[in-house]
Amino acid sequence: MNSRREFLKTAATGAMLLGTQSKLGLAELLDQQKSKVVVARDAELHTAGGHLDEKRVADLLDRAIATYTGRDKPIEAWKRIVPVGKVIGLKINGLGGKPIATHLALTLAVCERLQQAGVKPSEIVVWECRHSDLERAGYTISTDRSRIRCIGTDMDGFGFEEQPAAFGSVRVNFTKILTRECDFVINLPVLKDHDLAGVTFSLKNFYGAIQRPAELHGSACNPGIADLNCIPALRDKFRFTIGDATASIYEGGPQFHPEHLWYPNALIVGHDPVAIDYTGWKIVERKRAEMGMPTLESTGRPTTFLVTAADAKHNLGTNDPQRIHLMEI
Amino acid sequence: MKSLLAFAAIILAVTAVGTGCKKKVADSFPKSGVVAGWEKTSETRVFAAKDLYQYIDGDAEQYISAGVVSTSTSDYKFQGQLEATVDVHTMASADGARKILETGTKDAKPIQLGDAGVAYAQSIIFRKGVSLVRIVAYESTPDTPQALLALAHGVEAKL
Repeated sequence: MNSRREFLKTAATGAMLLGTQSKLGLAELLDQQKSKVVVARDAELHTAGGHLDEKRVADLLDRAIATYTGRDKPIEAWKRIVPVGKVIGLKINGLGGKPIATHLALTLAVCERLQQAGVKPSEIVVWECRHSDLERAGYTISTDRSRIRCIGTDMDGFGFEEQPAAFGSVRVNFTKILTRECDFVINLPVLKDHDLAGVTFSLKNFYGAIQRPAELHGSACNPGIADLNCIPALRDKFRFTIGDATASIYEGGPQFHPEHLWYPNALIVGHDPVAIDYTGWKIVERKRAEMGMPTLESTGRPTTFLVTAADAKHNLGTNDPQRIHLMEI
Repeated sequence: MKSLLAFAAIILAVTAVGTGCKKKVADSFPKSGVVAGWEKTSETRVFAAKDLYQYIDGDAEQYISAGVVSTSTSDYKFQGQLEATVDVHTMASADGARKILETGTKDAKPIQLGDAGVAYAQSIIFRKGVSLVRIVAYESTPDTPQALLALAHGVEAKL
């Protein structure tokens, strides 16, 4: 993430180059300083019966990553995102059950592309807090270290760190899957309405990486969400978000309420989790408005955690739409 | 001898209470085949109030504030196709169950089940005494509403 000083310096350099570049060039330069968020949609992602088309999910992922990186070839695009020789953790969300868990088709597509980009199967770990949530979401548990692993913190050999880690108001025990098994984490959260925080998406997904998440639920999860994401054990490893907004809940979340299920048919990707969450929040608000429902704020669930996450103390990203380069494809 | 018998009686009573609680939790869930077409596909999981967030994350707060004591849950499948989950929340009082049922169900269709109940296209919620039951299907098919209602009656009969 660029600091404000770096931003201003680059902007000034851009201004000096005006003599040789067009105004459009400067605009592009300034755009580069923004947090890029890609919202990739496919209206036909779900069949009429509500089934997810796996092939289209993989294609949509390719489009999203290609747009984000500016590389047409998926393998080249992925090489710009993930490091070589590191263990890549994929943090999914299985809490809501199969319809609103991170869809297996998406996780498999990510695993496929990671391997094509040079990541060995033994260097990929799909994880969630509880193995039962993985299984209910359709995942198969695998602990074989020579293959892609799919594991839960509650399984033998993992568990939580004995020593807590802290930032601001929070003091938590992280899962050993995060601290000891993964070098680089790609977050695969699910966009949902949330009974306390307003929405849950990228930042909130790491409540599934700690021992007692309920302790961070107070005051609309604020500053719990922001503080948690500032702890180095997480912040230093969490690098990219591939948000699953193929199916979502616009009311009654985070539990599955089929009467409030809808299909945004989208993937939302980017490096800046605050910008990702801001974008997801707006999508949920638009859907609520479309359904004649009040805003989250007017139901007593303002997304204040986004403001905290973006403030100078936390600096996890931006919630300022002027500083988000939104690319909707 | 008398004190030995008294001690044995206490042990038996404690054991009976323990077994009774366990039996009650397991009995809330119809076994495979008891309700036509429905198969119980998972073990019953039980969450105490303090651990409920492990199951339903932030939603736990509303149940805790309504006085949930424990939540039991199990997965089912109808005719090998339609997946569903049954949650049985045991509240401290019938008022707690009423409070949850009356929250956010204004668009639902009332149904005759337990003390009160409502149905949506893919879910049924009803209360009976201190129990609040939520049954959710993961797919909408023409058979879903009727199949869910049958399962709900099966659960209700066990409460």
